[in-house]
Amino acid sequence: MALGHAAETEFGDFYRRLLILRVGLFLVVALLGLRLWHLQIREGPYYRDLSENNRTRQVLLEPARGLIYDRHGVLLANNVPSFSLYVTLEDVKDREVLVEQLADLLGLDPALIRKKLGGKGGKLLPRKIKDRMTLRDATLVESHRLDLPGVMVEVESQRNYPGGVTAAHLLGYVGEISPEQLEKPEFSGLHQGSIVGQYGVEKSFDRHVRGQAGQKNVEVDALGHEKRAAVVEKPQAGNDLYLTIDVRLQKVAEDLLGQEYGAIVALDPTNGDILAMASRPGFDPNVLSRELTPKQWVEIVQDEGRPLNNRASQGQYPPGSTFKVPMAVAALETKTMAPSSTVFCNGGYQFGKRIYHDWKASGHGAVDLHTALVQSCDVYFYTVGQRMGIDVMAEFGKEFGLGQGTGVELPSERAGIMPSTAWKQKAKNEPWLPGETVSAAIGQGYVTVTPLQMANLIGTVANDGVNYRPRLVQAVMDRVTGNLQELPAVPRGKVKAKPETFRIIKEALADVVTKGTATRAKSSLVTIGGKTGTAQVAALRTGPQENIPKKFRDHAWFIAFAPVESPKIAVAVLAEHMGHGGSAAAPLAKEVIETYMKLAPQVPMVSSNASKAEPVRSSLEQS
Amino acid sequence: MIDRLTDSRGFDGFDLRYMGLILVILGIGVLSIHSVTHDQQGGIAPYYVKQLVWIGLGAVAFLVMWAWDYHSIARLAYPAYGLVLLLLLFVLFEGRASKGAQRWIALGPFSLQPSEFAKLVLILVLAHYYSKAPRAGWLQRVIVPGLLMLPGLVLILKQPDLGSGLSFVAVYAAMLLMVGVRSQALGVILLFSIMLFPFVWEGVWGSLHDYQRQRIMAFVDPGYDPGGKGYHALQSKIAIGSGELTGKGLFGGTQSQLKFLPEGHTDFVFAVYSEEWGFLGVLLLLGLFVALIWLALDIAAKAKDQLGALLAVGIVAMLCFCIVINIGMTAGMFPIVGIPLPLVSYGGSATIMMMASLGLLLNVKRRRLSLFY
Repeated sequence: MALGHAAETEFGDFYRRLLILRVGLFLVVALLGLRLWHLQIREGPYYRDLSENNRTRQVLLEPARGLIYDRHGVLLANNVPSFSLYVTLEDVKDREVLVEQLADLLGLDPALIRKKLGGKGGKLLPRKIKDRMTLRDATLVESHRLDLPGVMVEVESQRNYPGGVTAAHLLGYVGEISPEQLEKPEFSGLHQGSIVGQYGVEKSFDRHVRGQAGQKNVEVDALGHEKRAAVVEKPQAGNDLYLTIDVRLQKVAEDLLGQEYGAIVALDPTNGDILAMASRPGFDPNVLSRELTPKQWVEIVQDEGRPLNNRASQGQYPPGSTFKVPMAVAALETKTMAPSSTVFCNGGYQFGKRIYHDWKASGHGAVDLHTALVQSCDVYFYTVGQRMGIDVMAEFGKEFGLGQGTGVELPSERAGIMPSTAWKQKAKNEPWLPGETVSAAIGQGYVTVTPLQMANLIGTVANDGVNYRPRLVQAVMDRVTGNLQELPAVPRGKVKAKPETFRIIKEALADVVTKGTATRAKSSLVTIGGKTGTAQVAALRTGPQENIPKKFRDHAWFIAFAPVESPKIAVAVLAEHMGHGGSAAAPLAKEVIETYMKLAPQVPMVSSNASKAEPVRSSLEQS
Repeated sequence: MIDRLTDSRGFDGFDLRYMGLILVILGIGVLSIHSVTHDQQGGIAPYYVKQLVWIGLGAVAFLVMWAWDYHSIARLAYPAYGLVLLLLLFVLFEGRASKGAQRWIALGPFSLQPSEFAKLVLILVLAHYYSKAPRAGWLQRVIVPGLLMLPGLVLILKQPDLGSGLSFVAVYAAMLLMVGVRSQALGVILLFSIMLFPFVWEGVWGSLHDYQRQRIMAFVDPGYDPGGKGYHALQSKIAIGSGELTGKGLFGGTQSQLKFLPEGHTDFVFAVYSEEWGFLGVLLLLGLFVALIWLALDIAAKAKDQLGALLAVGIVAMLCFCIVINIGMTAGMFPIVGIPLPLVSYGGSATIMMMASLGLLLNVKRRRLSLFY
């Protein structure tokens, strides 16, 4: 092919153009190189970090909570493996699609999933959507994992209460930390989804039992699925608790109440150890420790029996005639009454225009202090109260710990009310009326107490005035050091009263059982001293209790101690709407005391027991 | 054809440096493909084995294009273009869709991407046209070749395949610059604006809001980056950047191995390579490409005739364009359009076409001393 002139010049030009092309090309390549230098060298470390973030996820390893034993090392709370579902938002492509998928797959409420996904924390923090998944659900999710980017199923330890309802109010239950709790300093270091104690000892000793979360770094692929794991920090299991209760006694107490509402508290007056604390109706902490549906929750909260309420420490009732015990101490100590002074009871006590009736309409005749306690004569104590005045009564009530919490290590303990002129002025902004002193003298009117307070009170009397703070946890086993740290008994002081006073009153209380209002508590096994009480629910209803609706019937009280000579156990029984203390409550107290006396000889201390408990714990512990 | 192969004169153009460069780049490609796909199913065989098969077929194409006189090949330009247009039409109606675009013709377990072959055919058509047609007046120089290109371009953009469409325009512009326009300025501006597009683009594109970008991209290329929100581009930048100076080593690229980076073996193979071999590896690969282009430009400069020179320029333009755009997009300087990295990315059609083009280029060199064609 011949090249013409024009073509030739054009071709000459062609070389120049090629040169331009070459220069332009190398400029562009140089720019590319510069860009890559910028990315890889100048910003390399930054992108290296990003790639590390891309592939590593920090997964918190929840610690196993400490175990809970009774005083003899019987297991009350442990942990079992369970499946939990987590979602890491970073790896989720479309949140709404995922919510629908999970709702479909597991039958969960989409709104609940959305709420869980919306919690605080970065996109990299895995959020717990569901715990205690069934094996079927866990397998279902695992088999769909490719369609569920960002979803993880983790094996975790789940709190388990082998005894079910037994000691539920004492043990309490656990649950996910609430947003409000997260704000508080005592929960610092925890995060959304952390399990903390929400009730009972689980709550009050949460710091001991909780343990410390660990952390593992996981390499994930683009779908958020785990490829490799490197444990960075092992979770530290929580410390174990040894309670003061004897679970056998606890069960007996609970069974005695059965279907009735009420509470039984048994404690050791010599050191304040709570031996049993039953409250009915109860609940299954295994259910409460699980994720509850809103419907389940409403059912529990709106239950008229208020099963979550620990009636022993949170239930406040008028003490009724059991209040005559501190009244008797006060009468003797203030010399309002000499032991031998008598009051004539004709079945009523006139104060002002009103007549205050005795429970025995025919009257008790001339009664001294001993008889007044044994027969529970109201008129005698109306007289004592009237002579003493409310403020002196309040002073002695406080000596016995009324109107204030006992300091037991349980959440939401109630204090009850020990009224006085100052109290009424403050609480009601009204002056104290003299007639109210008369009612208060037999434990009616404004006076309210908890069964725990009354157990503590009768224990104090039994112990000649020496009072201990009720103790629920006797020792904590430190998981790190292996040390068993015993929590000492805490003395709360001594009631200012002469030993003679206590001797006289205990004698009378023993006769209450042998020949007084509580003969049904009489035991062939052990000497028992006690005092019945009947707390009026509706003041205007009189007549036979059987004729009025149950919810207006009186509460039955019985407080007792045994053996009379050297007391080892103090018991308070409250049976709601069961009528007279002597018939409804006293037999229960007797059962509890007899059971304890049968068990008592074989009471080893926890320190000798800890080593025996060791293998039990390790086999139950979840790795 | 066979006798030409055995022709002793035939081997003087069989440049060992040229062959060596091609083989090393192909090797890098196979290695990177293997690295990113070694733990996934590639159908009937691992991806790197399939790529080796494509390279084998590409070698056949290379030899054919090298041995057969390019003048004879150029004479087939129009029939070949017609065939390609038919195939593109077929794709439009019967093609296999993937990621929102319809680009492939299914051939049993494999699929053919006619738009790749269309690029080489366009080079042949334009070179043939400019070497034969009278080139007086802008109508013949600019408009007619433009009209020649148009049906192919429209069919490709309709798939949609923005990347192939752009390389079509790039080839056309390069040819225009070389012979088509008198005013150098126009050609230079045109070519440079295409070449510099990535850099200008970063400024313009970067100033847009996300939703604006998404709308624009959804308009021109709806199939790409379905995850949206720049996931692709970001993961690619992270892969490249995290390679730093020396890289994470073969099989060590977490971005690609853990599937954060999609399309690691095809369009984003450069990111995989950069992550595993670092900036030093990048310099090596860029150096290899520059050397290859340098040799190719030499061939263009020393071509015996205009047809040869135009063919060489077209092929170089296509090669450069694909390299620059691909690296530019993986490095986050350019919106993501589907352009494979020549000789490195996995893909049958692209590999065979690129090797055929390089064979044709060597063909031009081989015959630069011959007096007859």
